[in-house]
Amino acid sequence: MDAIGLEHYLILAGLLFTMGMFGIFLNRKNVIIILMCIELMLLAVNINFVAFSAFLGDLTGQVFTMFILTVAAAEAAIGLAILVIFFRNKGSIAVEDISSMRG
Amino acid sequence: MELLAVFPPLVAFLIAFLFGKQIGTRAVELITCAGVITAAFCSCALFVEVVLGSEPRTITLMNWISTGSFVVDWSLRLDQLTVVMMCVVTIVSSCVHVYSVGYMHEDESLARFMSYLSLFTFAMLMLVTADNLVQLFFGWEGVGVASYLLIGFWNYKDSANAAAIKAFLVNRVGDFGLALGVFACFVLFGSVQFDAMFAAAPTLADARFNFFGFDLPALNLACILLFIGAMGKSAQLGLHTWLPDAMEGPTPVSALIHAATMVTAGVFLVARMSPVFEYAPEALMLVCVIGSLTAFVAATIGLTQFDIKRVIAYSTMSQLGYMFFALGVSAYGAAIFHLMTHAFFKALLFLGAGSVIHALHHEQDMRNMGGVFKKIPATYALMWIGSLALAGIPFFAGYYSKDIMLEAAFADHSWFGTFAYWMGIAAAFMTAFYSGRLLFMTFHGKPRMDHHTYDHAHESPPVMLTPLMILAFGALFAGFLGYSGFVGGASDHKIVVESESHVIEEPVINDAPVLDEETHHEELNRFVFWGDSIKVLPQNDTLESAHHVPTWVKLLPTIMGVLGLFFSWVFYSRKPQLPSAVVAKFSALHTLFFRKWFFDEIYNAVFVKNAICAGKVFWKADKQVVDGVGPDGIAARSMDIGRLMKKAQTGYVFHYAFIMMIGVVGLVSWFFYRFGV
Repeated sequence: MDAIGLEHYLILAGLLFTMGMFGIFLNRKNVIIILMCIELMLLAVNINFVAFSAFLGDLTGQVFTMFILTVAAAEAAIGLAILVIFFRNKGSIAVEDISSMRG
Repeated sequence: MELLAVFPPLVAFLIAFLFGKQIGTRAVELITCAGVITAAFCSCALFVEVVLGSEPRTITLMNWISTGSFVVDWSLRLDQLTVVMMCVVTIVSSCVHVYSVGYMHEDESLARFMSYLSLFTFAMLMLVTADNLVQLFFGWEGVGVASYLLIGFWNYKDSANAAAIKAFLVNRVGDFGLALGVFACFVLFGSVQFDAMFAAAPTLADARFNFFGFDLPALNLACILLFIGAMGKSAQLGLHTWLPDAMEGPTPVSALIHAATMVTAGVFLVARMSPVFEYAPEALMLVCVIGSLTAFVAATIGLTQFDIKRVIAYSTMSQLGYMFFALGVSAYGAAIFHLMTHAFFKALLFLGAGSVIHALHHEQDMRNMGGVFKKIPATYALMWIGSLALAGIPFFAGYYSKDIMLEAAFADHSWFGTFAYWMGIAAAFMTAFYSGRLLFMTFHGKPRMDHHTYDHAHESPPVMLTPLMILAFGALFAGFLGYSGFVGGASDHKIVVESESHVIEEPVINDAPVLDEETHHEELNRFVFWGDSIKVLPQNDTLESAHHVPTWVKLLPTIMGVLGLFFSWVFYSRKPQLPSAVVAKFSALHTLFFRKWFFDEIYNAVFVKNAICAGKVFWKADKQVVDGVGPDGIAARSMDIGRLMKKAQTGYVFHYAFIMMIGVVGLVSWFFYRFGV
């Protein structure tokens, strides 16, 4: 139990991913939390990539991590921008108020 | 020439109907009149060739239907009977076309009216030139459609629409019988071509149909079914209720369709099928009885009506009854003779009535007329000619044809012939009476309309009077000129005459000058005139014995006619208080006649009400069962499913995310379970 192995990383990533996912559908308050949860899930994936990259001695995984970080940053920026506009129009970003697509 | 006698009205109809708006009213008037007048002249020329020259012919135009042994051609059968009918149809139609130009000139739909008239003329020509029952049926329905369109011509009037629908529906009943008759003929003869049927008829005289276990005489059944068709079209008792209502149409239509031509199609049908009817004595008996009852009943109703057109309509029905009882005693020639003379004087009466109505600003009720004979002297004189011809006063056209029919009925020496004779005598008296009543009420006495109408009463323009004069010529001379050809001659002349190479006299039935130049070499008789187009068995030849009846039989119709006119003069001119006194005395009888023997009421109660009830039941069943299970049901169920499904569509992101996750979990679990990784 002295060395930190691959499985520890995978368990951590799995926990993070699950937390993110449950965060999305248990959260009833705020859209920003949803964005944060998505970010969390992406990070869990990144940890997987890096862990496997180190384990297999293959740099490709780490390269992809950089891509994902970039895309996640862009996504967060767009997501927040949309939220700002949405708040201006509707006056609320509570998840429960956002249901204009209801059938 | 044969084609020119039949197809110009069709061409005129197509041009007028399709391009009436573009070419203008005046052009439509010219084209339709030119079309039908061309046909009239060609028909007269054909009359010279076919009837006077005894050269019947059949022209096949093209094959129509050919399935198995059922072969139908479009063809023109031009025998004596057809050509006589063609002349009557085209001449009266020409007069009516020209008359309409004047009568309808204020109507903005004149182009449509003229095109319908031409359509009618064409359909009628197809009917009379048919070489087989199916083509005849085509023409039969064609005139029905034209009649429907023209009765309902003033389609802004509810009563006109109702009358048009009534005419169509009542005719459907008759046409159903006719269609069954055609089917029966095909089953019986294996053909619907006239020649084949006529050749086969004598051998099938004792044939029988087995129908649902009933053993029926086949020829009688087929003939009775055909006669039901004729009853519908010719307004015989039982299927007559549409004819008086049809007077809602414009007056020229009443003259052409509901007096002179279409309603005589039934008479033509029976005469055309004479070689078959001759072997169906029971059917002939039925024809005779129905015809004589019609003649009598219609005359009684005619006595009491006040609408000038309805009086003439009932007299038409009565005269059609005469024709049918003449057919029923095998006097086909006499029936067609009366058809021809009747076409002239009845069209004259109707168009004259139209002229009166025109003069009095569309007043049709005779109680609001009177005293106008000085204002419209020409119409007055022409109406007298028509009425005297109708009443059978000697030397007018109706005298010859009505007398020969009554004599033939008497000479039949059967119970129904005698019945027909006495019914006919009674009807003859009433005919004269209501003809006189019409004249005295319309033209004599004190004016009963308001001053304004009386002061503005005016004679019709020449375009309306000229056709009347042509018809009056026919009403004056058609009987005298046609007598020997249509019905004259004893059978022993036959041999003598047939040995002659050409035997021509002119039974002129029209004003065409081309006929006037014919010279006569030998007395024309009916055997030469009709050739093979009408067949009468020797033992049924009542026209032969009609020439040898006692003198009182010959004189009685004339005496009745004169008496009828005299009484009408006493009732409506000398002692105007008499009619109401008589009505009060016989009020029950008067009500019966005035309400038209309650036919409309009975039909209403028996058929119309029940049909409406049945209609409601079926409508409900359709609404509830058929629609409920079918279109409406399926639509409602898919709405329900949609309503259910839309609940899943909450619009909340977290619901979608949750379902996505469940889905992924489910897929992955299934994957592991299935492939056991």
